[in-house]
Amino acid sequence: MDILPVLSALRRHRLVMWLLILEVALTCSIVSNAVFLITSHIERTRMPSGIAEHELALVEMADISVRPNGKERPQTELAALQQIPGVKQVALANGAPFASGSNTDVRVEPHQRRRSLNTGLFFGKNLLPALGTRLIAGRRFLPEEFTDLSQALAALANDEAREFPHVTIVTQAVAQRLWPGQPAVGKMVYVGKDIPLQVVGVIESLTRPAGGLFQGAEYSMVLPINADTSYDANKSNGLLYLLRCAPQDRTRVLKAAVATLKQLDPNRVLVRARTFDQVRDAYFQNDRALAGTLVGVCLALLIVTALGIVGLASFWVAQRRKLIGVRRALGATRGDILRYFQTENFLIVTAGIVLGTALAFALNLELMRFNAMARLPWVYLPIGAVALWCLGQIAILGPALRAANVPPVVATRSV
Amino acid sequence: MLTALMVLALALGIGASMTTLTVFHVLSGNPIPSKSSQLYYPQIDPRDVFNYAPGVEPSEQVTWIDGMNLLKAARADGQALMTGGTVAVQPPQSTLEPFLESARFTTAGFFSLFDVPFQYGAPWSAHDDQNSTRVVVISHELNDSLFAGKDSAGRTLRLGGSDFRVIGVLGDWRPNPQYYDLNRGRYNEDEGIYLPLSISQVILSFDHSGDTECWGNGGGGTYMYQMHNQRCVWLQFWVQLGTPAEAAAYKQFLVQYSEQQKALGRFLRPPNVRLRDVTQWLDYNKVVPQDVRLQTWLAFGFLLVCLVNTVGLMLAKFMREQGELGIRRALGASHRALFAQLLVESGMVGLGGGIGGLLLALLGLWVVRQRPTPYASLAHLDPSMLLTTFLLAISASLLAGLLPARRACLVSPALQLKSQ
Repeated sequence: MDILPVLSALRRHRLVMWLLILEVALTCSIVSNAVFLITSHIERTRMPSGIAEHELALVEMADISVRPNGKERPQTELAALQQIPGVKQVALANGAPFASGSNTDVRVEPHQRRRSLNTGLFFGKNLLPALGTRLIAGRRFLPEEFTDLSQALAALANDEAREFPHVTIVTQAVAQRLWPGQPAVGKMVYVGKDIPLQVVGVIESLTRPAGGLFQGAEYSMVLPINADTSYDANKSNGLLYLLRCAPQDRTRVLKAAVATLKQLDPNRVLVRARTFDQVRDAYFQNDRALAGTLVGVCLALLIVTALGIVGLASFWVAQRRKLIGVRRALGATRGDILRYFQTENFLIVTAGIVLGTALAFALNLELMRFNAMARLPWVYLPIGAVALWCLGQIAILGPALRAANVPPVVATRSV
Repeated sequence: MLTALMVLALALGIGASMTTLTVFHVLSGNPIPSKSSQLYYPQIDPRDVFNYAPGVEPSEQVTWIDGMNLLKAARADGQALMTGGTVAVQPPQSTLEPFLESARFTTAGFFSLFDVPFQYGAPWSAHDDQNSTRVVVISHELNDSLFAGKDSAGRTLRLGGSDFRVIGVLGDWRPNPQYYDLNRGRYNEDEGIYLPLSISQVILSFDHSGDTECWGNGGGGTYMYQMHNQRCVWLQFWVQLGTPAEAAAYKQFLVQYSEQQKALGRFLRPPNVRLRDVTQWLDYNKVVPQDVRLQTWLAFGFLLVCLVNTVGLMLAKFMREQGELGIRRALGASHRALFAQLLVESGMVGLGGGIGGLLLALLGLWVVRQRPTPYASLAHLDPSMLLTTFLLAISASLLAGLLPARRACLVSPALQLKSQ
């Protein structure tokens, strides 16, 4: 197809042409950024947790008032929960990935002025087996390494580092960040007022609690602390009962666990009982909602652009009816006319995409300025380009077919 | 057909941008317009030198001891120290199960500081704070469910295993954003229980919730030692200062306080203070969710595309009318009259687009309300946004009509008539 006649014809309709180019460019820039945002938010919802997600259920309870037997109760409870048919592992923990929990600054040298890293902090007896994390170096905690939480808290309050645990297990991400290329097992980290902890094991991955996720989801450390009590000596509020069972047993186990806990101590209120899948869903619901909105905006944008192309092309065809008739009379086939309009549209959309690419990066920079998104990878530009080329060709098809159907006899009529 | 397309495109653009703009407008609203420039959130920096660098922001909350010191200094027109938490409510009717309720543990100044309305009864006094009196103020929602909405002042309510005397029921009060404690959900929070800080924290140690930041061996929020723990910040402190001069003086006082504490050896960092008013505090905490900003941006990009689209279609439409315009010109109509006619036409398109956009915005807001976000139920169109919708639609369409109308008016009557 010869491009030159198309170009020379377009030169006579510069304003309309530029409007179309501008519209395509704006659409292209918005759609490529939006598609990138959609994929990054969908990607985010797939963030791994490092734990046996489909086998876990969580129960949170709150005591109504101070308990006399606060310190002994957790042991009795865990033993009772373990008796529920189908339960494979139980733990009482201070937090869970994507849920509540704590974070801490760590240093690799004592007296360091700035932190080396901020990590999620997990503890609880039997926590790692219950979560189902995978140990990739070193060893698990030994039973004698465990300290009771009440004792650990007292150690902190009295600045007695000796009473605090001496060992820790970190995630692979922490190990690689603090000691790149070196084995982490045997290395020291420091928390609080230079409390030394030796790394004895490395787990493959364990995502941190919701509160610190923005500081690097993959950084977590685990301490051998036994949640015999809560941060408050006389209540176990804020702690999570973790139950591991087969996926199909979760609902039943949750119900039984709540009943067991209530029966052991009726003086308390159920805060929440959820499967881990529900925890994940709740954490990522905003990402899904945003992705949904963006899909809607993109579709509406593409429809509006297509309608614009259809409208202007119809107008163009109507305007050039006589010219088309003349061309047909001079021997142009229907195919020639059809291809003429298709080429014209292709050229306009291509110009729009070129301009749109520049606009896409400009928009991306603006959105990056207030931290709403990351740098746009270039692969998203071809996606926008292909989408708009297809859209343009689909939109032009109707008017172009109508143009192709103009009979040559039109040339002989005066308007 | 062209007109219908224009109206549709404009309606889509207006609908999308008004939906997001309304959400943005609701979320970025001033929660206390009458007082927002008089309420300040003092910040001081009691942390140790670890992680210190000149220019770092001070702590976002205060320790118990600093909160108490600042409260007792009473250098402001009004002040309140507070923290959020949860309390187990044991309803007076034995038929109702105990349940957990969000609570605010605060000092007597809270209610006058934030202009909190009372439906029944009155707030507690500074005297109650000192004596750790077992009194409680409840929200009217909680009063509805526990006491069937009757005046419950004087009734007894069992909270966390202890009896409290209800002394007040709040009126309709739900500031959005919930600015006084941004650790809590920022929108649509409903705290049902208001208790004196002294009884709830010193004597009964009710569960505090929200962010706790510790340093040194402060430990991850070691609740048990919190009262005496000078190494954790977990309370919010607000003051009322009537004039900018008072605010400047208060800031000076915060510097003096920091210096004095440093001299005592308690503070290790050089004085590092901030005094932000409500609006500045909300801005600093970037309280409007980023997603909402992003969506507003995108919606306006969308509107721009719709506008460009409308310009193109308008151009086509006016060019088609050129024959008719030529006749009018030939019959003596001025350029100006033709221009005015075309602008009226585009204004009508705008009106149509505005009506369509309004319907779409109502639909869009309905969709937003179905979302699981905490601010979902706030997404309603108010009169000012209704007016904005039509202003936006009509000005957008007039703007879109400007260029096409100018071109179409340049018609030469002779040429148009000849070709007829």
